[in-house]
Amino acid sequence: MVSLLDRKLLRDLLRLKGQAVTIALVVAVGVANYITLRSAWRALARSQATYYDGYRFADVFAHLKRAPNSVADRVADVDGVAKVSARIVEEVLLPIEGMIEPAHGQLISLPDHGRPALNDILLKAGRLPEAGRGREVLVYEPFAKTHGLQPGSELPAILNGKRQELVVVGLALSPEFVFAVEPGGITVDDERFSPLWMSKEAIGAAFQMEGAFNDVVLRLEPGADETAVLVEVDRVLAPYGGLGAYGRDLQVSHSILTGELQQIEALIVFLPGVFLAVAAFLLNVVFSRLVTLQRAQIAIIKAVGYGNATIALHYIKMVCLIILAGSAVGVVLGAWLGDAMLDLYGRYFRLPIARTPIDLPVAINAIIASFVAALAGVAIAVRRAVVLPPAEAMRPPSPMRYRASPIERIPVLRQITQPTMMVFREIWRRPLRTVLSSLGIAFALSIIILGRFGRDAHKPILDLQFGRQQREDITVNLSTEVEARSLGYLAHLPGVDQVDGLRSTPVRFRAGPRWRDSAIIGLPEDAELRRLFSRQFQPVSIPHSGILVTDVLADVLGVQPGDLIEVELKEGDRGVRLVQVSGTVDEAFGMQGYMQKRALHRLLREKPTINTALLRIDPAVETELQRRLIDIPVVESIHRKRSVLEKFEEQTSQTMHVITLILTLFATAIAVAVVYNNARVSLSVRSRDLATLRVLGFTRAEISAILLGEQAVQVILGIPVGMVFGTWGARTLLELQADPEQFRMPMLISSQTYAFAVVVVLGAAVVSALLVRRSLDRLDLVGVLKTRE
Amino acid sequence: MPSATANREREPVLRGEDIAKIYRMGDVDVHALRGVDVSLYKGELMVLLGASGSGKSTLLNILGGLDVPTTGRVIYLGKDIAVAGDRELTRFRRQHVGFVFQFYNLVPSLTAKENVALVTEISERPLDPRDALEMVGLTERMNHFPAQLSGGEQQRVAIARAVAKQPDILLCDEPTGALDFKTGIRVLEVIAEVNQRLGTTTAVITHHAPIASMADRIITLADGQVQSDRFNDKKLSPSDLSW
Repeated sequence: MVSLLDRKLLRDLLRLKGQAVTIALVVAVGVANYITLRSAWRALARSQATYYDGYRFADVFAHLKRAPNSVADRVADVDGVAKVSARIVEEVLLPIEGMIEPAHGQLISLPDHGRPALNDILLKAGRLPEAGRGREVLVYEPFAKTHGLQPGSELPAILNGKRQELVVVGLALSPEFVFAVEPGGITVDDERFSPLWMSKEAIGAAFQMEGAFNDVVLRLEPGADETAVLVEVDRVLAPYGGLGAYGRDLQVSHSILTGELQQIEALIVFLPGVFLAVAAFLLNVVFSRLVTLQRAQIAIIKAVGYGNATIALHYIKMVCLIILAGSAVGVVLGAWLGDAMLDLYGRYFRLPIARTPIDLPVAINAIIASFVAALAGVAIAVRRAVVLPPAEAMRPPSPMRYRASPIERIPVLRQITQPTMMVFREIWRRPLRTVLSSLGIAFALSIIILGRFGRDAHKPILDLQFGRQQREDITVNLSTEVEARSLGYLAHLPGVDQVDGLRSTPVRFRAGPRWRDSAIIGLPEDAELRRLFSRQFQPVSIPHSGILVTDVLADVLGVQPGDLIEVELKEGDRGVRLVQVSGTVDEAFGMQGYMQKRALHRLLREKPTINTALLRIDPAVETELQRRLIDIPVVESIHRKRSVLEKFEEQTSQTMHVITLILTLFATAIAVAVVYNNARVSLSVRSRDLATLRVLGFTRAEISAILLGEQAVQVILGIPVGMVFGTWGARTLLELQADPEQFRMPMLISSQTYAFAVVVVLGAAVVSALLVRRSLDRLDLVGVLKTRE
Repeated sequence: MPSATANREREPVLRGEDIAKIYRMGDVDVHALRGVDVSLYKGELMVLLGASGSGKSTLLNILGGLDVPTTGRVIYLGKDIAVAGDRELTRFRRQHVGFVFQFYNLVPSLTAKENVALVTEISERPLDPRDALEMVGLTERMNHFPAQLSGGEQQRVAIARAVAKQPDILLCDEPTGALDFKTGIRVLEVIAEVNQRLGTTTAVITHHAPIASMADRIITLADGQVQSDRFNDKKLSPSDLSW
């Protein structure tokens, strides 16, 4: 049987339905956020760990020119190394019918017998290639799906300059390619890039690498000193053209996945925390008012013999009902969004994700957190109800004390009208409430900025990198250096308008104890298709001698223009040269150095050569041109700038739209709840004043301005604060997202994003205000004058 | 001082004709007013006397443009405000009517002076708020907030606020209802003084018969109907009232 108090409770709740619903929604969004982020994070992090463990993902990676297999044993002997897998890794072109440019494959050798000791493959269909069958290959599953490849399909490939029809025998994934971005690429592209796996025997034969390897991956012993191992491995591999060993932190797929996990982790506390804090604050506002309004009722209930505990429980039950409703919606929403988030991640991160329909411990934590927040929010109000002596409760509350606010002393403000003064004084009476409400609005605004700024940051980066710096249409990477005069051949191909030859070479930059493995790119003096820019977007020309380094490299090495740095060559005589830093350039990717090509040749003590060609072409004959390029034996990969950009735009816009929409809706819940509840409570507190003003001849619009003016002040104060929060939050997220040594996103938030956030928040505020204004229009002018306050 | 007899020849400032007001309370119709004819004449002080539930507040609210009658007409300056919309009623109150209520209804966040200024800011020919407060004898306390004033002082501020716009009509609904005798007399003195000095047409509602003695004219209401409408030939000063 429902007790009488419970019946009162339900009726009270029904009367407060607008407030209860808006607060429950904020709770729902907070709970949903926590469940979404936390369960997605747990699923991803757990899956990553399981995957890495089960498929023996390596700790250290090293690429080299060529070493006999016996060298692998010497690597295995290095202190701290537990396991070694020596492989052959080669780049191949995949001239697939119907594509303008060839796709690019990274061919990785599999042991002739058994599974790889490290970086094992996850076979999704078919079987492993068999030794002795030279054409058999495993294809990366997403690439196969994009091109409709199945076990048994043929895949055209150019191996070491020779065209072959490979036979797909299986589809695979690998912990090495959770985020499969090709070398030098900027995004996952299932159409244009695939890791491929072949037997070592077959690759060895195709690339004249029999009895040798050019890539090695290691697993460390528990507790091993990674840095020491890297140094030692470099020493062993140096004579064999070692390009520098590196740990997982620089392994592209791993660092991107880890960055993503860190980003989610940063949001797990922040986002749900904001929603629950807002809910707690609003519950405080609403219940404080409720207890004030119900003083007489509380007194009567106490007078007829109900105890304090019953009174406390009465209000706590009411809160619990709101929270229960909110968290129930939140759990369902969170489970659904969590699943959707994993789907979204699954589009770019390829790993077997262990999913649960609902992560129960996470859901329970979320519910507990929301109850704790809510009870903390109403604690003071409930206490007031409890300590109220019945007799005192029967008397009206003592009148509210107002004071003149200090800002009224500002001469200009002495001219303000009395209604404006009412707004000021009300705010001054409860400065904390104003501050907290403004904070709520600020958080809402900042969340919208966080949901949208990503697209702002990408655009200028792409414009600079692919518009002003890289002016070519096509980049042709060669598998080896060729004489510079071969450029003449490219220049005469049909459709080539302009061609620039580049020479790049892997090096280790060193300045004192600091070093980084990277590359020097030699540009011709009159390079048309590659321009360099300073941080201030000013063009930088390459000096005749000396080197330009990216800002980040200069920072890492701690060098300034004029300083000397050591350059350890990794080809030719592998000597160490001293080069003067002549300036810095600003680039989004990598930490390379730039020299004049002629200067680089001098440094390498070689004749003029090139290993990359930049082409500007006539798009009308591109298909024919691509066919001709594929036929050139030393061509290793061909990148079409437009394809890269389109893919990138497509992926970011898809993801960004979803994120923008969800976070905007979430933030709207906060803005609506803050403005609606504050306005409601304010109306309840001031209905008498407002009715009096109506009687005195003030119009509806005029009293609305008084009631909503207070809310407007809170919103307006919240807007700039929200912009600051949003900017700060965006910066934090950016810093977590990517390793700045690999990829730097400029901290840029467009005025459109700020404007969008402001418009959404203002819109939500106006709609909420209008909802309350409807009640203002129904204000009982006569009734309110009949009663003593 | 306008004499009672003189009113008989004057045009009324405000005239209610055959006013009826029916409230629907659940399934029951409550007839608060049943065909009331009432006029307010220029400069007079009228007391509307009636027991609780007699309909006097309803009548005052209708005359003041706070409410509209179910049937009947309320003529002000030749116009029927009984059929006016919210906008027109608001303008009517804003420009022509001053109200004083039992519970003062001051805005707690504004000082005495600011409460008066609230009205003068939106009036066409206001008094200076100081002058209005001086009239009710509160110049000293004009910078106090309502919570810092006694009940009688608050009611005097309310009167100052009501008259500061120099209304054509001053309507007072049980202005002494929440006050003790002495304070109540002081408030009535202020009302009488305003009526005299400014010549404001004034209607005072009360259930307290002795107050009627300060009026030029006394209307008695019972059960929603006018029981009597008579001129008071023995008008007393509020200080001579006793009960």
